[in-house]
Amino acid sequence: MSNRNTGLAVEAEGLVRSFGSTRALDGLDLQVPAGTVYGVLGPNGAGKTTAVRVLATLLRPDGGTARVFGHDVVRDADAVRSRVSLTGQYASLDEDLTGAENLVLLGRLLGLGRAGARERAEQLLAAFGLTEAAGRQVKKYSGGMRRRIDIAASILNTPDLLFLDEPTTGLDPRSRNQVWAIVRAVVAYGTTVLLTTQYLDEADQLAGRIAVVDHGRVIAEGTPGELKASIGAGSVHIRLRDPGQRPQAEQVLRASLGVPVQLAADPAALTARVGEHGTDLEAGTQAARALGELAAAGIVVDDFSLGQPSLDEVFLALTDHPAVPADERDDELEAAR
Amino acid sequence: MSDTAITTGRAPSVYMPSAEALATVLAPAERPARPSALSASLTFGWRALLKIKHVPEQLFDVTAFPIIMVLMFTYLFGGALADSPRAYLQFFLPGIMVTSVVMITMYTGVGLNTDIEKGVFDRIRTLPVWRPAALVGMIFGDVLRYVLAAVVILTVGVVLGFRPDGGLLGVLAGIGLLVIFSFAFSWVWTFFGLVLRSEKSVMGTSMMVLFPLTFLSNVFVDPSTMPGWLQAFVKVNPITQLVTSVRAAMAGSMDGPSTMWMLLWSALFVVVFGTLTMYRYNRR
Repeated sequence: MSNRNTGLAVEAEGLVRSFGSTRALDGLDLQVPAGTVYGVLGPNGAGKTTAVRVLATLLRPDGGTARVFGHDVVRDADAVRSRVSLTGQYASLDEDLTGAENLVLLGRLLGLGRAGARERAEQLLAAFGLTEAAGRQVKKYSGGMRRRIDIAASILNTPDLLFLDEPTTGLDPRSRNQVWAIVRAVVAYGTTVLLTTQYLDEADQLAGRIAVVDHGRVIAEGTPGELKASIGAGSVHIRLRDPGQRPQAEQVLRASLGVPVQLAADPAALTARVGEHGTDLEAGTQAARALGELAAAGIVVDDFSLGQPSLDEVFLALTDHPAVPADERDDELEAAR
Repeated sequence: MSDTAITTGRAPSVYMPSAEALATVLAPAERPARPSALSASLTFGWRALLKIKHVPEQLFDVTAFPIIMVLMFTYLFGGALADSPRAYLQFFLPGIMVTSVVMITMYTGVGLNTDIEKGVFDRIRTLPVWRPAALVGMIFGDVLRYVLAAVVILTVGVVLGFRPDGGLLGVLAGIGLLVIFSFAFSWVWTFFGLVLRSEKSVMGTSMMVLFPLTFLSNVFVDPSTMPGWLQAFVKVNPITQLVTSVRAAMAGSMDGPSTMWMLLWSALFVVVFGTLTMYRYNRR
């Protein structure tokens, strides 16, 4: 249990892993401080899952090194396994078995006695609001319940490092909030959490530090505040009543905000980054002022929103290309596994 | 089945994680010592039993299929190859028992292949337990299916008139030898289950190996009627050694050389394919 909360939980240097001709990891460096939530942000196919699988000892890297709490993930895999848990993107429990059976099974495999495993399973089911579903096969669980039992299984051994691979993808907002609350509780008890996500919003909400991953390498790293300072605190999205007024609106916005304005595919919509190199407060003020100036110029705005930049906008800001769409690249990786 | 799915569907869950409830499960506890290799394997064996409990349809393969094999071949070949189906059965039953059970071993590979597709193996592979435990446990579960299939066939055989001279003890010895061999042979399929991409290709490959192996043996006919080159193959075929030893055991005697060869083959399968399997398992 030494250095559970201090030092580095993960140190990865120059990780490389190829599947056929695809380099899923292409020199990935990662340093995760112990006792925090660390977010790995990137689109599908960026290499997030591959990175997690290497760190959790499921895949061997072709090159580079990785240590988890000082243990090498290849040479000392068993020591790593005794301190980590993985909740994968897909159900990582036996769907034919009931929730309780799955947890008892894992408890036994982690060395608990028959009674101890049963007791631990009951505690976990109660804490995760699954007591009623204990005797039901996991394949009959709803999406949110499945995620919860998955995470319950992962903390059965109170790991020092918990990997959560896209824990909220495909969940409804309420289930997502539940997962977020669980993550916060887990880290409050000293477990380090490494979470991958496609949503800047999620990384911002949970993570102390974020690494942005693209094509198998880290292209930006820092606290959410630092990242936002470099990419802009947010975006204003404006939709006009009359598409004919768009050229005029673009001029007004550019003059008011002092940044380039993007013309969206929708002929009546415009988007601009706000709060660049500034604080959140400025972003709101800037947007309000711009809105006033549009009104003063006689331009009717039908819809207006100020929000965090989307993953696409993050990528546009950090690279010159939008996030790689979720396409064949992922299937290719699957096939190569 | 479907009505339970409806009632268990989307109950309005109002769960919100509470800090106190989570505190009880998150407080770091002393980690228990890791389980022994045997204990871990048996726990995985328990998982296989639970799967049978929840999906009993999977026992169809080990009950209906063997019964069909016995009935089909006894009445198809009985009159032609022996004086009567009943006379043939006395020769044929130990052989068809071996054939059926050895054919069932391929489901070990199929099962492993589908298991791995489902992601549960990711969790299993990150557990700090004896590495082969998951696979050994899986095969423990399969051994139960082998025993069940063997008992089903024997029962059908006895109903049709098969009378083992070795009595209960001889029958038990025969089943024991068959189970030892099948346990060892299963490692061939775990390897294919890990190497091949889909359930279908595992099935296809298994059939390509199993058909010649079981038919080109002494299961169905006396090899002395075969051409010399075929006899040469039949003689070294591990299935032939197995059938000879099981036949002898059930007849109340013991065929030393065949039993030894069959045990050697079993050891070879475990060592070679067990090693290859674990190599693939660790390097996936």
